[in-house]
Amino acid sequence: MSSSTLSRQTSQPRTTPGPGKAGLSLRRSRDNLNGWAFATPFLVFFLVFLVWPILYGFYMSLTGKSLTGANDSLIGFANYAEAFADAGMWRSLGNTLYFTVISTVPLVLVALVMAALLNIGLPAQWLWRLSYFAPFLLASTVVSLFFVWMYNPQLGLINDFLSKFGIPKVGWLNDPNVAMWSIVIATLWWTVGFNFLLYLAAMQNIPVQHYEAASLDGAGPWRQFFSITLPQLTPTTVMIVLLQILASLKVFDQIYQMTAGGPGGSTRPVVQYIFETGFTGYRLGYSAAISYIFFGLIVLVSALQFVITRRRSA
Amino acid sequence: MATPTLTRSTPAAPTTALKIRQPRKRLTVGRVAAVVVAALIAVLWLIPFAWATVTAFKSEADASASKVSWFPPSGFTFDAFVNVFQAGNIPLWTWNSLYTSAAITAITLVISALMAYALSRIEFKGKKVLMVVIIAAIIVPPPVLMIPLFYQMLAFKMIDTSWAIILPQVIHPAMVFVLKKFFDQIPHELEEAAVMDGASRLRIFLQIILPLSRPILAAVAIFVFIGAWNNFLWPFISTNDDSLLTLPVGLQTIKSAYGVQYAQNMASALLAALPLIVVFLFFQRQIIKGVATTGLAGT
Repeated sequence: MSSSTLSRQTSQPRTTPGPGKAGLSLRRSRDNLNGWAFATPFLVFFLVFLVWPILYGFYMSLTGKSLTGANDSLIGFANYAEAFADAGMWRSLGNTLYFTVISTVPLVLVALVMAALLNIGLPAQWLWRLSYFAPFLLASTVVSLFFVWMYNPQLGLINDFLSKFGIPKVGWLNDPNVAMWSIVIATLWWTVGFNFLLYLAAMQNIPVQHYEAASLDGAGPWRQFFSITLPQLTPTTVMIVLLQILASLKVFDQIYQMTAGGPGGSTRPVVQYIFETGFTGYRLGYSAAISYIFFGLIVLVSALQFVITRRRSA
Repeated sequence: MATPTLTRSTPAAPTTALKIRQPRKRLTVGRVAAVVVAALIAVLWLIPFAWATVTAFKSEADASASKVSWFPPSGFTFDAFVNVFQAGNIPLWTWNSLYTSAAITAITLVISALMAYALSRIEFKGKKVLMVVIIAAIIVPPPVLMIPLFYQMLAFKMIDTSWAIILPQVIHPAMVFVLKKFFDQIPHELEEAAVMDGASRLRIFLQIILPLSRPILAAVAIFVFIGAWNNFLWPFISTNDDSLLTLPVGLQTIKSAYGVQYAQNMASALLAALPLIVVFLFFQRQIIKGVATTGLAGT
């Protein structure tokens, strides 16, 4: 007690100047209490619904636990060994990475184009923003209903439109070569509005003086975009790309609802594989092990993000 | 080099973040081209809504006719909506979504704001460790938790109660930091007088900090609400009871039950979409600001 009071007096807090030396130590020890009191409600939820499941999930991954209750005993890393030899897991992981790669590019580029167009200062801003952003407000179920209907091979709007140009019917969600792209298109429509708003916000924080100076130097709009806007947006772009990768890796909802992972497992993402091994295959332990392999992947990408953003701000 | 973030705005004078500046209004070729391209994208983005709406107002026969039509041969009808209301549980599911999302938002705001205040203004032992742990938690992807959380909910006997939907969704470490960043900018002078008067921390928090933080609280609330309203995976796992389903999960069951009733499917999709679209029309500014602020600061 006394020693900590001493050390506290020597390291004066810069942020909260107390009412004087006498009251300081009293206030400081009260703040120790206050701090934890304010933190407690969050911490209770945090420990029960986040920290504990993480630890418990890891423990589960080391057991042969099943939903039917059989075999709770520890089996070491056998589940992990099995997962690494499991073609189904690798395939679903491959699908997830494929989706991530082919979705991130359009989700960033289209957002940039949308924001750049609006940043010119078009009339009726709210109308553009509404039409680009509104899909983001929909539940995945609604988006899936919309697109399954439009992708319908016989009655669908898209095939009907294409037939006017003599293009034969496409099995948007039935053709294993096309299905993932169809999901990317639906995802682009659904979520690009979020990235668009982030870009728009960043663009509007670029000082007007930059453009005025460039204008005086005779730089046209394209030149201004590539020499001022894009470079100024680099931190935003890095952030959007990384956020998008992290979001795309977690893909599940729209795929599950539009193709249920089919045809022939060609769109099944790793989250669905975890879901199925756990809840329809009843192998909770094995499912938890795959969760942790997936978690490892996310940690890797997040670490990359941390390194990149740190280097930028340093 | 200044990083453009909207969180820079001071609480006293919140920037009108997304007010578009209108520089030169000359009618140039480039300008016209930009409008054309922007309009083209807007039309593409509105087509799914338009097509769903047209389908929802068709008779089931017209909707499943092999000839695609924007103007159905037998005219428009409310049949699909009437059928949805008679057959489905859309009003009940809407209510379920509303109160679970509202509860999630309320609990999230309270516990996150308290936590953020502690991290921002109070010097206490263990704060640094706490900070690192919560930052680390931002990267935890919810799907990783679904298996152990489900098992935990079984143990708590909460499966098939609304608590199972609500409680695990109230932890938003990123939002804690969004709030902390905002609290950090509130000038300390404002609370010094209160400290002199011997006001308690709770009182300072409630009477000084919170009233100054309305914009950010609104942004976080909207963000959390939209996320909770649209969440599919966790409510899907944690409830089977038909009377507890949220709108997204309920819709999924309708889809499989009706299968080929296209007009009815689109009518229920539109009914499900309507509440948030209305909310957006009313709170457009706050929602856009919310995305920009929380999205940028969430990293």
